[in-house]
Amino acid sequence: MTEYKPIRKVVSGNYAAAYAAKHARVQVVAAYPITPQTSIIEKIAEFIANGEVENLQYVPVESEHSAMAACIGASATGARAFTATSAQGLALMHEMLHWAAGARLPIVMVDVNRAMAPPWSVWDDQTDSLAQRDTGWMQFYAENNQEVYDGVIMAFKVAETVNVPAMIVESAFILSHTYDVVEMIPQELVDEFLPPRKPLYTLTDFDNPISVGALATPNDYYEFRYKLAKAHEEAVKVIKDVGNEFGEMFGRDYSEMIEKEHIDDADFVFMGMGSLMGTVKEAVELLRKEGYKIGYAKVRWFRPFPKEELREIASKVNGIAVLDRNFSFGQEGILFNEAKGVLYSAKSKPVMKNYIVGLGGRDFTVDDVRKIAEDMKKVIEKGEPDVEVDWYHLKR
Amino acid sequence: MGIPENVKKRLSIPADEYFYAGHTACQGCGASLGLRYVLKAYGKKTIFTIPACCSTIIAGAWPYNTLEANLFHTAFETTGAVMGGIEAALKAMGYKVKGEDGVMVVGWAGDGGTADIGLQALSGFLERGHDAVYIMYDNEAYMNTGIQRSGSTPYGAWTTNTPGGKKHFLEKRHKKKVIDIVIAHEVPYAATASIAFPEDFIRKLKKARKIPGPSFIQLFSPCPTGWRSPTDKSIEIARLAVQTAYFPLFEYENGKYKINMPSTKKEPKPIEEFLKYQGRFKYMMKEDIEILQQWVNHEWEKLKKLAEVFG
Repeated sequence: MTEYKPIRKVVSGNYAAAYAAKHARVQVVAAYPITPQTSIIEKIAEFIANGEVENLQYVPVESEHSAMAACIGASATGARAFTATSAQGLALMHEMLHWAAGARLPIVMVDVNRAMAPPWSVWDDQTDSLAQRDTGWMQFYAENNQEVYDGVIMAFKVAETVNVPAMIVESAFILSHTYDVVEMIPQELVDEFLPPRKPLYTLTDFDNPISVGALATPNDYYEFRYKLAKAHEEAVKVIKDVGNEFGEMFGRDYSEMIEKEHIDDADFVFMGMGSLMGTVKEAVELLRKEGYKIGYAKVRWFRPFPKEELREIASKVNGIAVLDRNFSFGQEGILFNEAKGVLYSAKSKPVMKNYIVGLGGRDFTVDDVRKIAEDMKKVIEKGEPDVEVDWYHLKR
Repeated sequence: MGIPENVKKRLSIPADEYFYAGHTACQGCGASLGLRYVLKAYGKKTIFTIPACCSTIIAGAWPYNTLEANLFHTAFETTGAVMGGIEAALKAMGYKVKGEDGVMVVGWAGDGGTADIGLQALSGFLERGHDAVYIMYDNEAYMNTGIQRSGSTPYGAWTTNTPGGKKHFLEKRHKKKVIDIVIAHEVPYAATASIAFPEDFIRKLKKARKIPGPSFIQLFSPCPTGWRSPTDKSIEIARLAVQTAYFPLFEYENGKYKINMPSTKKEPKPIEEFLKYQGRFKYMMKEDIEILQQWVNHEWEKLKKLAEVFG
């Protein structure tokens, strides 16, 4: 391996995504503008206009539905395909997300989390991506711009290994439009880590034609679903291996699907996804100095869900404060709901409380973490939560 | 095939077959005949995109493929977009697309998937200028879901959701002129064709192959099941559609209109000739037939003028 000398650039989360797509040598990009995603595609278009990329076909489609459909056509043909969207655009794609996963096409997409309308909002909220939970896509939640960049490159490798599409999720504005230092990988080393795609089947073997997506009778459909389910199971191992390899080559280890700290001596941990966990990490270190016995568990991969890792964490702590920047109406925070489901069969069940935070871009600060820590302390002492779901920010 | 090579070369319809027997089309299906001609014209170096429509079933349930060509089954409204993605991928991967020896990217979609739910993706596909051929096989209703009206259903036709009853028939709108919408995109090549005139259809398919950019062909394809017509009359009905000027044959090439034989031949026959074998029109009274005739006359005059002025 050539010696790794990172290229440091100050970029937004969206530009980090665009550079990652470029370094992954994507061959087809089909996309439609939507705030706050648009600057990803603008940057890629700029790469093309400046002659910085070769053999990249850019398809400026007339809707997100067609963006995903074009990526599906491209990926089935054998190309490495990429797109990006947000909120309403992702919801419009919904049908085709099922199609991409069902046809086992390793498309990678960045979703910039944005709240669903109405009322109109362009700010951060995870409900758009979490509403795509059952489409068969893998989902990776980035905490910062570096994870957006690393996530896109790793996602292609994972997706192309298990033939399942992957979504890299970043926060509206908090990451998408905020500039930060990102360590980029020299092209030849990305090439070493991520060689050209080698699809099992393409639409270009003209002597052995195939059909993709034909009708399956009740006698066959069931097995198709099972295979996709197994691919997600296999992905758990592949994600760990790819994350480990990435760490060995570039120094940033992603072998954990849940990044965790202070679990062994923590009374309780904060659990959540995405950029809000950056705030939590900062606050946890601060509060520990003040005597709080706390840690954190940052869920990187929501699909496939890291069940074993969560059960292990649960076995070591007395409580989990689940922070959800999302909500499933008629139920509760989505991560909270998922975590409870996973822990039902665990031997040790910590006390859990759900804090609904930051919806529609409501600010979530270190001070908020402190207040939740104080509240959670009482929950642990009492052995049960006062309320299971706490609309923490509500104006009273 | 048993046909000597020197004879094969002289045939106006290629002898080679790439559409297998054992497909699941109904008896007398116009669409299956059309698909067979497309395969004859383009051969196996072709990638088909077929959305939800009869042909996605005709092409065979998993693990079968009636076509000796690659086929991507896709969602109803996505034909144009998927074709665009396939074409872009081929170019990125270094393939020659369209032209004499390039890979053919073909969309094969019904009228519902084209005139209604797929219209947006079709528009995007045409406007972006992909090197591909979109063929709308027009059987004038959603046949695969059980004969519901589409934008392409003609005035007076019975369908299951625009039935005829003792008092009324519900289909009071004239057929949507999808080809006019296509031409409004100033595409390099657009044409109508009919399964009753296969040589004309094959010639148009071959022309569409040669002309760079997006091409569009609207193929008139009778459906005995949905039209309540005898299964041995499909070709005759398609021929009468042309002869009555209900569905005239013409081409639009680089801004010029050209009416094709036999639409140029003589005065159109009365519309009753086209209606006569089809049970779907049985609810129409004399005055309803006159309304349809007036529409046909108007559209035919318009086309003749266009060919005259922009010929």
